Amino acid sequence: MRRLVIPATALFFALSSLGGARAEHLVVALSTHQVQINSSFVGADLVLFGAIERDEKTVARSGSFDIVVRVTGPPQTEVTFRKGRVLGIWVNAESRVFLDAPGYLAMLSNRPLTEIAGPETLRRYRIGLENVTFPQQIAGDIGDVPLNDPFRMAFLRLNREQRLYREVPNAVTFLTPNLFRAAIRIPANVPVGTYIVDVMLFGEGVMLATSNSAIEIQKVGFEQFVASSAHDRGLLYGLATAALALLTGWIASVVFRRD
Amino acid sequence: MEIYLPIADIPVNLFLLFFMGIAVGFISGMFGVGGGFLMTPLLIFVGISPAVAVASVASHISASSFSGVIAYWRRSAIDLALALMLLCGGIIGTAFGVWLFSFLRSIGQLDITIGLSYVTLLTIVGGMMIAESLRAINRARHGKPAELRRGGSHLWIHGLPFKIRFKQSKIYVSAVPVVVIGFVIGFIGAVMGIGGGFLLVPALIYLMRVPTGVVVGTSMFLTLVTMSGATVMHAATNHLVDAVLALTLMVGGVIGAQFGARAGQRIRGEQLRLLLGILVLLVGLRFAYDLILQPDDLYSIRRVENGM
Repeated sequence: MRRLVIPATALFFALSSLGGARAEHLVVALSTHQVQINSSFVGADLVLFGAIERDEKTVARSGSFDIVVRVTGPPQTEVTFRKGRVLGIWVNAESRVFLDAPGYLAMLSNRPLTEIAGPETLRRYRIGLENVTFPQQIAGDIGDVPLNDPFRMAFLRLNREQRLYREVPNAVTFLTPNLFRAAIRIPANVPVGTYIVDVMLFGEGVMLATSNSAIEIQKVGFEQFVASSAHDRGLLYGLATAALALLTGWIASVVFRRD
Repeated sequence: MEIYLPIADIPVNLFLLFFMGIAVGFISGMFGVGGGFLMTPLLIFVGISPAVAVASVASHISASSFSGVIAYWRRSAIDLALALMLLCGGIIGTAFGVWLFSFLRSIGQLDITIGLSYVTLLTIVGGMMIAESLRAINRARHGKPAELRRGGSHLWIHGLPFKIRFKQSKIYVSAVPVVVIGFVIGFIGAVMGIGGGFLLVPALIYLMRVPTGVVVGTSMFLTLVTMSGATVMHAATNHLVDAVLALTLMVGGVIGAQFGARAGQRIRGEQLRLLLGILVLLVGLRFAYDLILQPDDLYSIRRVENGM
């Protein structure tokens, strides 16, 4: 009997931890799914609310939960330049092309990422800026480069300085043990497009559940009109701008006429 | 009050832009130049990318030069024949400049080219203007008459073929240098985001012997057409003209120009040229400082448009 119990218990625990991934699940709500860029846009603050739901079969956990929210902006091609001295002046001497790099990337959590899970787990789920791959175009080939690659480091640093890439270990707060909120700060210089929001639930270093949703950031009204005309009907837009300039000049000469 | 610029993609203080328009307009009205050589660097300084700055300033200059052209037209102080001849070269130069601008931008060397062009052009022209105006001031102090049109003295330029008589300017010169000057002004205007008035006026006076009475109006006419052309061409090829930015600047610019023109009438011509020369030289040196000193950050990022 006893010989049977041990494997049975082991099986039960194995099943429960396996089933645990399904037993907890996340219910997430965003304060808005659309961010509109109009002429007074200076950035936006979004709030994400989430609840951790558990059914009766779930085993009680001794430890508390951890939440990581990853917001990924639309992919963009970005060129990183390095200046070098040529004939006494500083010019862009070297460059690297980063393909499909997120235009915005935020890693929000309730405590430092390294305390939430081990390095392998973080790497596996691409949590933390150093665990995200940034493929570069290297002489016609595409590949990732080591973490200490100077271009990769500069790329991350510059994006951090522009507040487009961020790691905020206190952006998620637990209101109750099962209810949390996350503050997502969208700066004014973000690219437009679809932003993916991944919410990941961790318990004792193990990923228990995920949930994802999307935010749409777009130019609206006049901004949208100007930007799309400039891009889609460049010639007409140019003629209109030139006409506007002539009109302004003409009005000025009428208003300020002295003779 | 912050306003989000739809093409530059950044929020900028509206009053700051408007004030910059007035300040540059004041200077442009005072000296009778477009002021692009000041406006483009100022925009870059407040964080607008050099490419957007150059493309948008073109329309600002065409606004301020149009009100100037109207004023000179009323006084019939424009040599239309000379202006049209300059334009032949000017439009080709502008088109070539816009093409080079797109090419340099695609290989990531636009910013450095704009910087280098500013240094070379502004320090040389600024230095020459200072030297010339100091000589003029010195002459005036010793009671000698100003000698703008030295009778009988001819440059090699006057020996070129295809001579044309420009009646209003009372000059009889070859069409070749006129077209070449127009081309150069149009070209550097499109690449550097300047109207080129501060280059064209001395070129017409010293090389072509155009009388001072018609030189500013004629120069403004050329600037008007090349900069309007540059606006359209930059918009059609590079999609970088920010109409909101341009409108704010031009409204400030035309207002400032009126006050500048009044202030300019109270100062003697050579002193005005000395002041302008100092200003031009300072802007050039500011660019040189950035190029020669090791930058704080060797790295920079440029986003490539992804078809949106």
